[in-house]
Amino acid sequence: MERKIKTTGKVVGIIANLVIVDVDGPVAQNEIGFIHHPEADLMAEVIKVMGKHAYVQVFESTRGLMVGTDVVFENHMLEVTLGPGILSRNYDGLQNDLDKMEGVFLQRGNYTDPLNRDKKWAFTPLAKVGSQVIAGDWLGEVPENGMPHRIMVPFKLEGSYTIKSLVAKGSYVVDDTIAVIVDANGKELDITMVQKWPVKMPIRVYKEKPRPFKLLETGVRCIDTLNPIMVGGTGFIPGPFGTGKTVLQHAISKQAEADIVIIAACGERANEVVEIFKEFPELEDPRTGRKLMERTVIIANTSNMPVAAREASVYTAMTIGEYYRSMGLRVLLMADSTSRWAQALREMSNRLEELPGPDAFPMDLSAIVSNFYARAGFVYLNNGETASITFIGTVSPAGGNLKEPVTESTRKAARCFYGLSQARADSKRYPAIDAIDSYSKYLEYPEVQEYFNEHISKTWLDKVIVAKDLLLRGKEAMEQINILGDDGVPIEFHERFWKGELIDFVILQQDAFDKIDCSTPLVRQEYLLKSVLDVADTSFEFKGFEDVSTFFKNVINQFKQLNYSEYESDQFNGYVKAIDELVQAQKK
Amino acid sequence: MNMETQAFQTVYTKITNITKATVLLKATGVGYEEMALVHGRLAQVVKIYGNDVTLQVFSGTEGIPTNAEVVFLNHPPQLKVSDQLAGRFFNAFGDPIDGGPEVEGEIRNIGSPSVNPVRRMQPSELIATGIAGIDLNNSLVTGQKIPFFADPDQPYNQVMANVALRAQADKIILGGMGMSNDDYLFFKNVFSNAGALDRIVSFVNTTDNPPVERLLVPDMALTAAEYFAVDKKQKVLVLLTDMTLFADALSIVSNRMDQIPSKDSMPGSLYSDLARIYEKAVQFPDGGSITIIAVTTLSGGDITHAIPDNTGYITEGQLFLRRDSDIGKVIVDPFRSLSRLKQLVIGKQTRADHPQVMNAAIRLYADAANAKTKMENGFDLTDYDERTLVFAKSYSEKLLAIDVNIDVLEMLDTSWQLLCANFTKAEVGIKQEFLDKHWIEN
Repeated sequence: MERKIKTTGKVVGIIANLVIVDVDGPVAQNEIGFIHHPEADLMAEVIKVMGKHAYVQVFESTRGLMVGTDVVFENHMLEVTLGPGILSRNYDGLQNDLDKMEGVFLQRGNYTDPLNRDKKWAFTPLAKVGSQVIAGDWLGEVPENGMPHRIMVPFKLEGSYTIKSLVAKGSYVVDDTIAVIVDANGKELDITMVQKWPVKMPIRVYKEKPRPFKLLETGVRCIDTLNPIMVGGTGFIPGPFGTGKTVLQHAISKQAEADIVIIAACGERANEVVEIFKEFPELEDPRTGRKLMERTVIIANTSNMPVAAREASVYTAMTIGEYYRSMGLRVLLMADSTSRWAQALREMSNRLEELPGPDAFPMDLSAIVSNFYARAGFVYLNNGETASITFIGTVSPAGGNLKEPVTESTRKAARCFYGLSQARADSKRYPAIDAIDSYSKYLEYPEVQEYFNEHISKTWLDKVIVAKDLLLRGKEAMEQINILGDDGVPIEFHERFWKGELIDFVILQQDAFDKIDCSTPLVRQEYLLKSVLDVADTSFEFKGFEDVSTFFKNVINQFKQLNYSEYESDQFNGYVKAIDELVQAQKK
Repeated sequence: MNMETQAFQTVYTKITNITKATVLLKATGVGYEEMALVHGRLAQVVKIYGNDVTLQVFSGTEGIPTNAEVVFLNHPPQLKVSDQLAGRFFNAFGDPIDGGPEVEGEIRNIGSPSVNPVRRMQPSELIATGIAGIDLNNSLVTGQKIPFFADPDQPYNQVMANVALRAQADKIILGGMGMSNDDYLFFKNVFSNAGALDRIVSFVNTTDNPPVERLLVPDMALTAAEYFAVDKKQKVLVLLTDMTLFADALSIVSNRMDQIPSKDSMPGSLYSDLARIYEKAVQFPDGGSITIIAVTTLSGGDITHAIPDNTGYITEGQLFLRRDSDIGKVIVDPFRSLSRLKQLVIGKQTRADHPQVMNAAIRLYADAANAKTKMENGFDLTDYDERTLVFAKSYSEKLLAIDVNIDVLEMLDTSWQLLCANFTKAEVGIKQEFLDKHWIEN
C-alpha cells in the first residue's frame, strides 16, 4: 500500500456509522481514513469499494456529519503500536490509552498515544554486530514490569539483514535508534524499540507451530482435572446469561500459569471491566510476588462504545498477544464475549446490505471465527525458544441455544468446550460447567497423554475416566429414581446417584469467592481426585435409601470443609481423618 | 425540546417520498441525526445520500402532504436541564404535560458520549429496599442496572414504585414508554402521596402517543439523570418501564428503513441499542451515581425472546416475580433472580455470614421444590423432604414475599432461625466459623 500522495475524498452519504466517500484516487480495502468533522477528526476503515465510492465504517458517532466533508486516507490498515510500556495499560479497541484521556466522558476523535515516549528503558543488547538477522529476531531486551521485553527486528521486514551497529547497554527512550541494520543491497535501516503492525494480519515470525501438548494449570478443578486445556490451546465457554461466564473467566485469568494476560472486554458491561481495573492491581501474583496488573493488558471496548471499534478490539488484543509471544513468552488471551464481536460484524454486514446468512449473521462468520482462533498456538521461535498464546473466548448464545451460528462456528474452531448449564447455575452449582457435555479434544492427543503419564502419574488419565463415568452413572441413576421413586429402585441406585453427587460437590463445585477454594494447585487436585475415588470405590452397607443420603451428605460436608482449608494444614488433616472415620464406620 | 426556528432558515416544500414513518426530500447542509420540523411535527435525520435526506417523523406521517413545510433545526435532540426539572412531568420531547411552565435551563444534547471506563468507580453502596427477596438474595448496588422480567399481569410497577421510594435516592427519574394512562396516574399518585414529588422527574409516553416517540424517552430521562448525577453529584435512580415496548418501537423503525431483521424480527443492532441506554448506569468518582431499574415484560415467561435475552446479557442481573400459591402472595423468585453486583456488598457492607446463609437457604429451597415434584408425582416423602417443605413455606412467607419490609440484619437472623428449626448442621453445609457463631440449638 505504498503511495506518495494521500488519497482524499468527500462524504456523499451517511447511514449511522456507515459513511460513503467519493474518492479522488486509489484506496485499499481496510485502509484507514480520517473524516474531518468540524468537531473532531473521526477515524474510519474502508470496508467496501464500489467504483468511485469507498464505504467506510466510522469508529465514532457520526452525529452532525454533513455531506461534502473532507476525508483523508492514510495509506495503511488499522495498526497497533508495539513497544515497551504496553503491560498494565488500559486501552480501548483501537489501542488508545484510556488513562491519558481527559474528563469523565469519552470525547469522540480523542486519540491517545499507546506508549510513553519519555520513559527511559534499561536496554541490554542480545545480538552481535555483524550477524545476520530476519524479522522477529531479538536484538536486545529491556525489563518491563519484571518481564524480559525483547526488542525485535520489525516484523514487516522481508529477507535477511546484517547488523551494522547496536547501541551499548544503557538507558534509552522507545524512539531512540538502538540498532542499524543493512539489507543485501547495502541500504541502511534505523531500528527503534517501536514498530507497527496491521491487526488483521497474523504475526508469523516463528519456525514451527506444533500441536499443543503441555497442560495449562488454571486452578479450576473441573477444567484441569476433567477437561484440561493445553498451553497454546484454544477453548470457549458458551453459556446463557447468569451462568457465571465472567466469574469463571476472571478466575482463569487470575490463576492460570502465564507470563502475560490479555483481557479483551469486547462489548461487555463496563462495571465488569471496572472490577478488573480495581481487583487486578491488588491481586498478588504468587509466582513473581508482584501485582497481577503488572503483566496484564486490558482492551476495554464496552458495550456502549462504538460498534466498529468493538470489531477491531479482538484483533488488537490478538496482535498484542502475538507480539509478546514473539518474545518467547506465554500469553493467555481471554475475550469476553466473541458473540458481541460477531454482532458487530452483523450490524455492518446489514448496513452494507449484504445477503444475510443464518440469523442475519454474515455468510463468512464461520471462516472469520476460525481464522481468528487459528492465530493462537504453541510455537518454536527461530532461536529455538518456545512461546504460546492460549486463547479462551466466551460465547453468549442467543436464548441459551447452543445451535445458534456463533456457537456452532466456534465449536468448529476451538478444541475445548466448556458448556455452562442453566440448570446447574439455577441450583447454585458453580462453576456451572456441565462436565458431561463439555470436552477437551486434547485428551485424545497421544503427546498430551504422554505428558500426563510423565508429569502427573501413569494412572491419572484412567482416574479421570473413572470420575467421568461415575458422573454419568450418577446422572442416569437420578433419572431412574425420578421415574420410579425413592423406594421403587434398589438401594444401589441411590448409592450410584450419591457417588456422582460426591464428585460434583467436591471436585466440580468450587467457591470462586473463597480465598483458598478459588484455586486448587495440580498436586492438590491429584490428591482430591484420589481421595474421592477411594470413597467411591469402597463397598458400603446401608439399611435403607435414607441412610445413603445421610452418609454421603456428611462425607460431602467434610470434604467441603476440607476444600476451604489450607492444604496439609492441621485443619485439613483433621477433615481427612473425619472422612476416614465416616467411611470406616459405614464400610461393609 | 428546543423547537424555535431561526430567521433566514431555508424552508423546503418538496417532499419526494413518504412512507408510514419517514419522508424523503432534497436538502443541503444537513447534519446526521439533526432534528427538523415536518408539517409542524418533530422529525430526525436518519439517512443522507447526496442531496437526498431521509427524516423519521416521530408522530407518524399521516396527513403529511408532499408540499409540507420542512425546516431543519441545526441541532440533535435536546433537553433543557436545571433544578426546575424536579417535580415535573414531560412528554417524550421534554415538553411539560402537567400544565406547568416551560423549564428554563442549559440546553444539553441527549444521547451524549459514554463514561470512560477507567474513570468509573466500582459500585459499592448497598441500596436497601426492605424487600428480602431483593436485599437478602439479590442485593442492589448504586450504579447498577437491573430489570424486572415480568409477565404483563404481574405487579412490577407497584414493586418498582416501592423500591424507588424506599431507596433513599436524591432524585428519581421515571421514563415511561407505552405506559397506560392508569399506570401513569398510579405513579403520579404514589409519588405525591409519599410527599416525594419534588424528588421526581417524569418523561412519559403513554399508549395514547405514537409509538416511535418512545425512542426518545430513555435518552431524555438519562440526560436529566446525568445532569443531577454529574453536575449536582446526586444519587439518581432511573426507572424505565417498559423496555419491551421501547424495543418494539425500534423494530418498527428498522422495518420501515428496510433493514434485514435478525432474531424475533428485531433489528440486528438491538444489543448495541439497549446497551447504549443501560450502560449509562454508573458510579461517578465524586459521589454521584445513576442506578437503572427497568421493566422488560415477557410474553408467557419466555426469556429466550430476543428482547429479554439481549437485556440479560447487558444488565447486571434480573429480578423475577412469581405468585407462590402455597402462601397466596407474590414473591421474588429466588432461582431465576440474580444480582450480579451483590458480591460487592454482601458480607462486606452486610454481616459476614450473608453469602453463605443466602446460598444455603436457596439450595434448601430448591430441595423443597424437588420434594414438591415428588409429592405431586405420588411418591412417598422422606423425613428430610417433609422438613424442606415446612422450611420453604415459612421462607416464602417471612422472607420472599414482596410485602416484607425489614432490614438486612433481621433478614439474616430470620434465615438462621428457619435453618436451625428445620435442619441439621451437615444439611445446612455452611462454613464452620459461621455455624459456631450463629447456630441456635433447639
